[in-house]
Amino acid sequence: MSQKKHLNSAKTPHYKNTANCVAVEMPIPDVVRIAMSHNIGKHCQPLVKKGDEVKVGQLIGDVDAFISAPIYSSVSGVVTGIETERGGMGGEVQVVVIETDKKQEVYEGIAVPEVNSHADFVKAVRASGVVGLGGASFPTHVKYNPQNLEEVDTLIINAAECEPFITCDNRTMIDDAENLIYGMEQIMKWLDLKQGYVGIEENKPEAIANLDRLFKEKGLDDRMHTFTLQSRYPKGAERVLVYEITGKTMNAGVLPAQLGIILSNVTTVAAVGAYLQTGMPYILKTVTVDGDAIAEPKNVKAPIGATVYDIVQFCGGYKKPVKKIVLGGPMMGRTIASDAVGIVKYNSAILAFGEEMGAFPKETACINCARCHSVCAFELMPFALAAAYEQKDVDKLKELRVMQCMECGSCSFICPAHRPLIFMNKLGKGLVREAGN
Amino acid sequence: MEKNYNTNLLVGQGPHIHTTLDTQKTMLMVMAALAPALVVSTVVFGPRVLLLTAVCIIASVAFEACWNVLMKKEQTAMDLSAALTGTLIAFNVPSGLPIWIAIIGCFVAIIIVKQLFGGLGKNFVNPAITARIVLFISYATAMTTWPLPKAQQTADVVTGATPLGVLAENAGELPSNVSMFIGTIGGSMGEVSAIALLIGGAFLVWKKIISPIIPACFIGTVFVIALIYYAAAGVPECAADKGVFGMAIFHILAGGVMLGAIFMATDYVTTPTLTMGKVIFGVGCGVLTMVIRLWGAYPEGVSFSILLMNILTPLIDQLTTKQMVKKYEQKEGAK
Repeated sequence: MSQKKHLNSAKTPHYKNTANCVAVEMPIPDVVRIAMSHNIGKHCQPLVKKGDEVKVGQLIGDVDAFISAPIYSSVSGVVTGIETERGGMGGEVQVVVIETDKKQEVYEGIAVPEVNSHADFVKAVRASGVVGLGGASFPTHVKYNPQNLEEVDTLIINAAECEPFITCDNRTMIDDAENLIYGMEQIMKWLDLKQGYVGIEENKPEAIANLDRLFKEKGLDDRMHTFTLQSRYPKGAERVLVYEITGKTMNAGVLPAQLGIILSNVTTVAAVGAYLQTGMPYILKTVTVDGDAIAEPKNVKAPIGATVYDIVQFCGGYKKPVKKIVLGGPMMGRTIASDAVGIVKYNSAILAFGEEMGAFPKETACINCARCHSVCAFELMPFALAAAYEQKDVDKLKELRVMQCMECGSCSFICPAHRPLIFMNKLGKGLVREAGN
Repeated sequence: MEKNYNTNLLVGQGPHIHTTLDTQKTMLMVMAALAPALVVSTVVFGPRVLLLTAVCIIASVAFEACWNVLMKKEQTAMDLSAALTGTLIAFNVPSGLPIWIAIIGCFVAIIIVKQLFGGLGKNFVNPAITARIVLFISYATAMTTWPLPKAQQTADVVTGATPLGVLAENAGELPSNVSMFIGTIGGSMGEVSAIALLIGGAFLVWKKIISPIIPACFIGTVFVIALIYYAAAGVPECAADKGVFGMAIFHILAGGVMLGAIFMATDYVTTPTLTMGKVIFGVGCGVLTMVIRLWGAYPEGVSFSILLMNILTPLIDQLTTKQMVKKYEQKEGAK
């Protein structure tokens, strides 16, 4: 299947250099640093202390909150300390530091979950520790437990992978398709969903062909379909994907469930599928390691908490002085100040850039070309929003619908004057929130 | 094993990749698109075309550079925006214009119209168009002394009326539409060859530097109004062999329509940003041009029409923005 209606989008370069690299498992590093926040929502409290022995799959952090997910040890070894560092989403976060014994002894409590009802299913998904692995990091069990459970009827799997460089979702669909399909079946079964669509950009023909073949072989092609998207950015943004596949307009602040849709990232669903069959929580993350400063770009299966430094060393190290490291895609990913940080569940890529690619381009004057407007999926006018922000004009910001901005960064990407439009939109949204609306 | 962590990495707001197109490249493409017209003009009017273009470019860039130095502003002279303005000024004057007058034009464009209002992106009217009008009013004789194409010059006659001048006086002979399409006629340096300007315009549309909406609406409106006017009022004596349809073609080929519609009415800074606004702007330019040509005191009205529509642009933008906001309010509910 493919779509008829398109929202505006940007033609970003693909850089899918690692599309054919099957993910390889890296050796267990000497030390892992597992942050106690891997998702939007409450931080977890560490459940271990210095000197404790931990095993693979052992619960080491949890919190009693609605939007939260438990955190498990990805290695066996000894906790050498609980430290505090700046977290990936800003603010300070506690980090459990574990010195590994490299034996990878599995925790005794690992058992295949028993699922007999929707409530069991939600409980199992929470226990898996899976969060939105595409980068949004929203706890998955919350998504699978909508308030209007009777009304949802469609499953949309986000496999657009519209961010340049990243190819781990592509590999999931090729190398881990069995778990993906099992996950889809389970979600559709327990949430009673009628149709499932896997939205994939057309630059991943191998993945599309593989899933089409498997759906047919398993006799699932009456309710599971691949859906071919344009290879443009940001087709993988939740609100864009919903529109492209269903034609339904999804405004800011609306949840997919309100439109009858359960929407999940492809690797997330595969992780849920794997957990339901093995009982091993989510501790091994596939990350795309790329960028012009990486000697051997590849897809790496790394234990959660492995430091960026160790993962990069496994990829041959840096081939030139590194200026900037981005965790996630180059459009929406976050920069880190130090490569000594451990990766978290939602890090889908480590991109290391040298002097030239890593530099921020120099900003020049706006020439009113309106390219920012022409790439905006919601037809916002970033140039006008930026002007309104600079004047701190809250009414104007609201009139120009700043709250509809999904912060995809297309406007900043396309701006020939290299203005930080997305940054000003974020600040503009902050102004509106401050003003109390 | 000792680990040499990188602890001093650059942090900042994404995105971390950017389009390769920047302001300088945009300007360069527009200048490249003007090259065919420059070549035809040089062939038609001789090497003084190149001299005058070079003078205008150098003067414009120099004014911009001096201003930035004097005002202690960041040096922007090399972003090619001033160079493009200089080129367009040269294209808008007769090839015989004294050099000092051309330099005054550059001063008006760069210093008065552009920099006094805040520099690139802040000027509310097109610098080149305004410079042309200032020169046209201040140095009326020099600006309306039109050298004939080299091939048509004789020992005694080196200048003559432009086709629109002939039409306004209804005296003399209008050139064929074919020679106007190719450019072997009198007029401003850069405006004579429709084909060369169209090639440049097609290049810019292909490279997505300009949207074809304004040129299409502008040229289309001129064509339609000419068609209606001559069908109703009859074809004048000097154009008897052209017929009504031929006169409509004549009007889109004559004067500054092609140059104005493709290169001046598409200036980002001084024209509307939304599609609906572009339509209003283009149609407005076409209407004003024809009103001036058919009923005004001047034979040509392209530059005045663009200037007037430049001034209306903020209002058009406000109107179309309001309309869009309304459309989305209905779609998204009041926010």
